[in-house]
Amino acid sequence: MKIALRLAWRSLLNRRLASILTILSVALSVALLIGVERVRQSARSSFINTISQTDLIVGARGGGIPLLLYTVFHMGNATNNISFATYEKISSDPNVAWTIPLSLGDSHRGYRVVGTNVDFYAHYHYRRNQQPRFGAGAEPKAMFDVAVGSAVAAKLGYRIGDHLTLSHGVGEVSFHSHDDKPFSVTGILDPTGTPIDRSVFITLQGLEAIHADWEDGAPPLPEHAIKSADLQTRNLPVRELTAVLVGAKSRADSLGLQRQWSEFKGEPLSAIIPGLALDDLWEAISYAENGLRVVAIFVVVVGLLGLLVSIYNSLNERRREMAILRSVGAGPGLIFALMILEAVLLTVVGAASGVAFMYLLLFALSPLIELNFGLYLPISPLASTEQWYLVAIVGLSFILGAIPAWRAYRNTLSDGLTIRL
Amino acid sequence: MMTANPFAVDINDLTYAYKNGPKVLDIVAIQIAVSEHVFLHGPSGSGKTTLLGLLAGILVPQGGSLHVLGQDLAALRSAQRDRFRSSHVGYIFQIFNLIPYLNVRENITLPCYLSQERKMRLGAVTPDEAALALCRQLNIANLLDRPVTELSVGQQQRVAAARALIGAPEFIIADEPTSALDSNRRQEFIELLFAAADQAKATILFVSHDHSLAPLFTRNLSLLDLNRASRSGEVDA
Repeated sequence: MKIALRLAWRSLLNRRLASILTILSVALSVALLIGVERVRQSARSSFINTISQTDLIVGARGGGIPLLLYTVFHMGNATNNISFATYEKISSDPNVAWTIPLSLGDSHRGYRVVGTNVDFYAHYHYRRNQQPRFGAGAEPKAMFDVAVGSAVAAKLGYRIGDHLTLSHGVGEVSFHSHDDKPFSVTGILDPTGTPIDRSVFITLQGLEAIHADWEDGAPPLPEHAIKSADLQTRNLPVRELTAVLVGAKSRADSLGLQRQWSEFKGEPLSAIIPGLALDDLWEAISYAENGLRVVAIFVVVVGLLGLLVSIYNSLNERRREMAILRSVGAGPGLIFALMILEAVLLTVVGAASGVAFMYLLLFALSPLIELNFGLYLPISPLASTEQWYLVAIVGLSFILGAIPAWRAYRNTLSDGLTIRL
Repeated sequence: MMTANPFAVDINDLTYAYKNGPKVLDIVAIQIAVSEHVFLHGPSGSGKTTLLGLLAGILVPQGGSLHVLGQDLAALRSAQRDRFRSSHVGYIFQIFNLIPYLNVRENITLPCYLSQERKMRLGAVTPDEAALALCRQLNIANLLDRPVTELSVGQQQRVAAARALIGAPEFIIADEPTSALDSNRRQEFIELLFAAADQAKATILFVSHDHSLAPLFTRNLSLLDLNRASRSGEVDA
């Protein structure tokens, strides 16, 4: 086998250009497959870990998935709010360790505004045990303080001390803005790879303040508008919230709390366990990831078929070589092994190059991907699924290599030592 | 199993036909003594290639007996015949008979890596040292590390001869190895081949169309005369 390996290697080197092209084709398809798998796993992981350690999300009565979408992913809108009194009741529940109030509905140049309080920065977790951290400045404390997510800061070029204004509603273009009540950037959050990066955070009082002079959901006439300076001296009570994130004292209490707050008599509420809802939601959209995976697998198959064609096409011009090997004592079995080894060697080198290429791309592009798409792609060793893919690809090359190997074997038997082609 | 036999080649009533074809070979008897240098000639289609295939153990006779170095090749299985060939037979083709992606040294030593017996016959000498010794004998010692694709036809034939002779196989089959050489080079090549083969006490069966080479050999055989199938016009190989 050692001699077969040596001959196969030297033969491939002899056909350098064809070998390099074949390796390149296998490498690109393997890089694509592993890359897609990485993105898939990372997307799933980013998705599932968008929120961690939160046992319950409570909002107005409605579907669980919409509640998850607008509270965690800042997508869509709540149809109703919950009262601040209910939030206080939830917070004072003896089984509840902490709560995070969330008030949504406004935006800043297409980025969602989240009204919350200090509990958000103290208790919100993502990716298991990560917490939002400030790369610069600190959390908003005063009425017109604002903190921006990393993507917002990067895209809009915000720095500490800059001023920005918010818009009513969540569209990219809003017809009602709060231009008369500018906010001052007091904090810029580090990247998290979650919707936090694309969000703008203000205090609950800040959110009340920009709507303080609105009546029946309509902006005030200019003469009725209240100036920011005047509002800062007022104590603006918070009457409503969009939702509340809840941390139970014991995880075992989650189900009990869910039932308790779903059946709350004070007002119609929905309570969901985010982990379960995230799983359900991911399953619902998993056809997309499966489609992506199928395409990547087809690309690998096409790459390996290219390898088959390359070896098969070389067979005729190599009949003389086979006859010479036969003359010096190589049996048809060795010729068969030689062909298989060529296919396997091309695939192993191609797969290794593909993995190296994938890591290179990951190293170069993962910060950009995280910044632009919020997708955290860790540079970690190959996962077991990825290792299995590689084993399967090499196994497949073994099977595909058997086709030209069989042809070479048959040629060898029929040609014998005849090399007058 | 190899048995004591005074002949390097012992053929009796040998017949061979390709699948669904007429008889290609029908030979009453050929005996070649050990260390003999035999010149075998015959026109195209007289069955030379088929006979060489049988002697090398690539083909199996359908009738009669064929002993090479005392070994009944028909009694061996395919893998055993391959082993027999790699251990005991050196084969030289016409031209372009080297592996293009191996250099001179690697081409020459290749049989030693395919046959443990051939390597063992070198004793304490390594395949590389044996290759160097043969190359010195064949005046190509300066070419050892050269790619074979850079050699002249004459140099290539000497490399092929060295490869056939390394590990001292007892039987050398040379299939028209001088057809691409000019007449001066032919004689020189054959003399070098004889010298190297004699040192290994090898038997040589040299096949050629070129009758002018016949006097250099101890015995001449005409396949046209020996092969009844070719005389009857049946043969096509």
